[in-house]
Amino acid sequence: MSVPATTTAQPLLTVDQLVVDYPGRGWRQPPVRVLKSISLDIHPGETLGLVGESGSGKTTLGRAILGLAPVTGGEIRLGGQRISNLGKRDRRALSRDVQVVFQDPYTSLNPAMTVGDILTEPLLVTGSSRADAQRRVRDLLDQVRLPADAGTRLAREFSGGQRQRIAIARALTRDPKLVVCDEPVSALDLSTQARVLDLFIEIQERTGVAYLFVTHDLSVVRHISHRVAVMYRGELVETGDAAAVTTAPDHPYTRRLLLAAPVPDPGRQAERRAARHRLAAEQAAVAG
Amino acid sequence: MSILSASGPAGPAPVEVLATPARAGAVRRLLGNPVAVGALVWLVLIAVLAVLAPLLTSQSPTASKITEALAPVGGDHPLGTDGVGRDVWAQLLYGARTSLVGSLTVVVVALLLGLPAGVLAGYYRGWFDAVASWVASLLMALPAIIVLLVVLAQFGRSTALAMAVFGVIIAPGVFRLVRASVLAVREELFVDAARVAGLSDARIMRRHVLPVVVPPTVIQVSQLLGIAIVIQAGLEFLGLGSANQASWGGMLSDAFQNIYAQPRLLLWPGLAIVLTVTAFGLLGNALRDALGVSGRVPRVRRRGATTPPAVLPADEAAPAPAVDPDALLALGGLRVAYPGPDGTEREVVHGVSLTVRRGEVVGLVGESGSGKSQTAFAVLGLLPPEARTSAATMTFDGADLRGLSPAAMNRLRGRRIGYIPQEPMSNLDPSFTIGSQLTEPMRHHLGLSGAEARTRALALLDRVGIPDPARVFGSYPHQVSGGMAQRVLIAGAVSCDPDLLIADEPTTALDVTVQAEVLDLIRELQAERRLGVLLVTHDFGVVADVCDTVVVMREGRVVESAEAERLFADPQHEYTRMLLGSTLEDTPARGSLPASDLHPEEIAVPLPTAGGNR
Repeated sequence: MSVPATTTAQPLLTVDQLVVDYPGRGWRQPPVRVLKSISLDIHPGETLGLVGESGSGKTTLGRAILGLAPVTGGEIRLGGQRISNLGKRDRRALSRDVQVVFQDPYTSLNPAMTVGDILTEPLLVTGSSRADAQRRVRDLLDQVRLPADAGTRLAREFSGGQRQRIAIARALTRDPKLVVCDEPVSALDLSTQARVLDLFIEIQERTGVAYLFVTHDLSVVRHISHRVAVMYRGELVETGDAAAVTTAPDHPYTRRLLLAAPVPDPGRQAERRAARHRLAAEQAAVAG
Repeated sequence: MSILSASGPAGPAPVEVLATPARAGAVRRLLGNPVAVGALVWLVLIAVLAVLAPLLTSQSPTASKITEALAPVGGDHPLGTDGVGRDVWAQLLYGARTSLVGSLTVVVVALLLGLPAGVLAGYYRGWFDAVASWVASLLMALPAIIVLLVVLAQFGRSTALAMAVFGVIIAPGVFRLVRASVLAVREELFVDAARVAGLSDARIMRRHVLPVVVPPTVIQVSQLLGIAIVIQAGLEFLGLGSANQASWGGMLSDAFQNIYAQPRLLLWPGLAIVLTVTAFGLLGNALRDALGVSGRVPRVRRRGATTPPAVLPADEAAPAPAVDPDALLALGGLRVAYPGPDGTEREVVHGVSLTVRRGEVVGLVGESGSGKSQTAFAVLGLLPPEARTSAATMTFDGADLRGLSPAAMNRLRGRRIGYIPQEPMSNLDPSFTIGSQLTEPMRHHLGLSGAEARTRALALLDRVGIPDPARVFGSYPHQVSGGMAQRVLIAGAVSCDPDLLIADEPTTALDVTVQAEVLDLIRELQAERRLGVLLVTHDFGVVADVCDTVVVMREGRVVESAEAERLFADPQHEYTRMLLGSTLEDTPARGSLPASDLHPEEIAVPLPTAGGNR
């Protein structure tokens, strides 16, 4: 796939009034509504950052797109084709176009398999020859800056940042159009985090893949996203240009979120803290 | 039902044995265990004897010659004959066949039913899981011996039939173990990743699920074999086994009738049964050790009062820094080392020095593996017992902490040094109410009465910003949110009016909005009580928010320590500069996608009105 990093008017992914319910815990408990009519779209080659706190439903949205969460209402379309509530066979066929990088590089790679096996598995199940698959693995390891002999080692022999590179390589094996990235750098050290983010950007600029980048960290989302969507309690409260949303947010919740994130500079952090206290007082006054 | 519970889910814990890696290592570990080797040798010997029985004796095990009843050892009968003149040696050999075939029947039937049902129920859940679990519970509730007696009474004496039925009765044990293992692995992200990669369910089960299920099942099979032998011998002893088949149980029964005439007869079948059952049991234990050691066995950290690591005076004459008269905590040349598997020591903290003054917040910053948490835990005396800690100076409020007895250290912790952990939930005991966990240290350290402690705890909960202190006081930890739990722990940390607070990544597990509030709280309490705080973190934003002084650590060493203002404005060390340069805060936003043909109406998303806030 060699789509240049430009957009067309036709969105790659459309999420249309998506509703997700999880069954209630216990007998005859009403289901819990995790996503309440979410609509958004992602264009080819674009990164949409999805920000929110724990329990906001941001991870569930990613999982619904991947077919790992039940879709109760609404629709998800990829290139105009409905991909929500597909049968198992159709869903498997979709694995070529939609891929994932999970948050925890320690549990997302099978500890008992070599890196080579992890990377060839998606190719072999779709009928590639072993030689082709191995050639592809060398290419992928090179793309994510891992040594070529990494394929013969077990995933647990690698550090967190290296494991995340392996997970990225696995997502890229079949040239997907969209990769759902669920907090892929939040388990990493600061310096590693910056390098992995730059790898994401570089791959995107080269291959034209689109990302749905789920994170709780506004500074990460600002670094990697073209556009940002903010989720709060299962609803999308704000969507817009990354620079605008992360510097001058519109919605009260986004403003609270922005002011709560501490700046690594004592002077500016003191100002931000004062601004946060002012905002809290204002919001309390309006609510009260 | 003792039989079932012995082999049921109470047996090997399925979740801990997620250790599929290093199967080869497991075999090596098994063979390195003398008990396992002994058990294996015995079992192989029994199997060989059973297979080669016709070669090892010319006697028939069932042919009785009443004239030769109770013949002594020697001649044609190496172990003599029994009460009806059957050869004991031949009976022992052929009886081994019966026992092994019988117990294999049990295991095969139990596995054929339990393994696939367990995998399917665990993987797909839904109605099959509901039905299969219900049937399993029903079977487990049945009294096995009575069912066997009824079946044998109905269909006639047959060891094979009895063992097959017993296999069905015991299958729920296998089912539940397998189901629990599959349920655990199914939640692993690598299974989700395999699904997204387009693998079929069958392939996911074969490649990712089965390898995790196999180790606990192997262990259980070993235990089941032993149990089956006992049950089978019991039935044969009662005379319910096949009539024309030699068996250890049948031998016991005959020996019992001749116990006065020839007590020696009890010895051989008794020994055979006891040793074989014991061998299976020991083999099962050894397998569990061999398979369970690697991988994710949760690390149990003993922090009992028995053996906390005494901090030793450092060997070398490190230049002890002039102790600041204002210093609350002065640490000089702290070293922490762990014994390696080959006997050498691996040092993880190489001579760290730092000072916390009264009323000062010191940030201890570094990436994973920098030794920052090790340093904090060394001050608390909470390192694992095998850690070797030494320091040139380690004083708290002028008193030397080195070589302090566990009891003296205990009096200091909680009373004068408070601790705020990273994971609020795992640091509250789920079986006690928050109130009882808050009041216990106060009653212990301050000698308050129950009512006084309660009043004080309620005031503290109110102080840390908990809206309804009385309700939270009576709640259990799972009933409050993570942010609330962290407030409770902060209340606990300051409950005995400590002078020093040690906080280990206190906000890492929290959402940013909650983090900001918790940091506010720590800052307020610190100012209010003039606390010294040692705050371990990896986040420079947190440092900028609360710290007066910063100590940057890398690979067990302090690379730079300075006042916060100066460190951010003018970092001296290259590593500090690199870390600060890695923060994304001041990087420009990536901007919008280069193409211009994005129509605004396409990305317009209906903005829900926010509850009257605007």
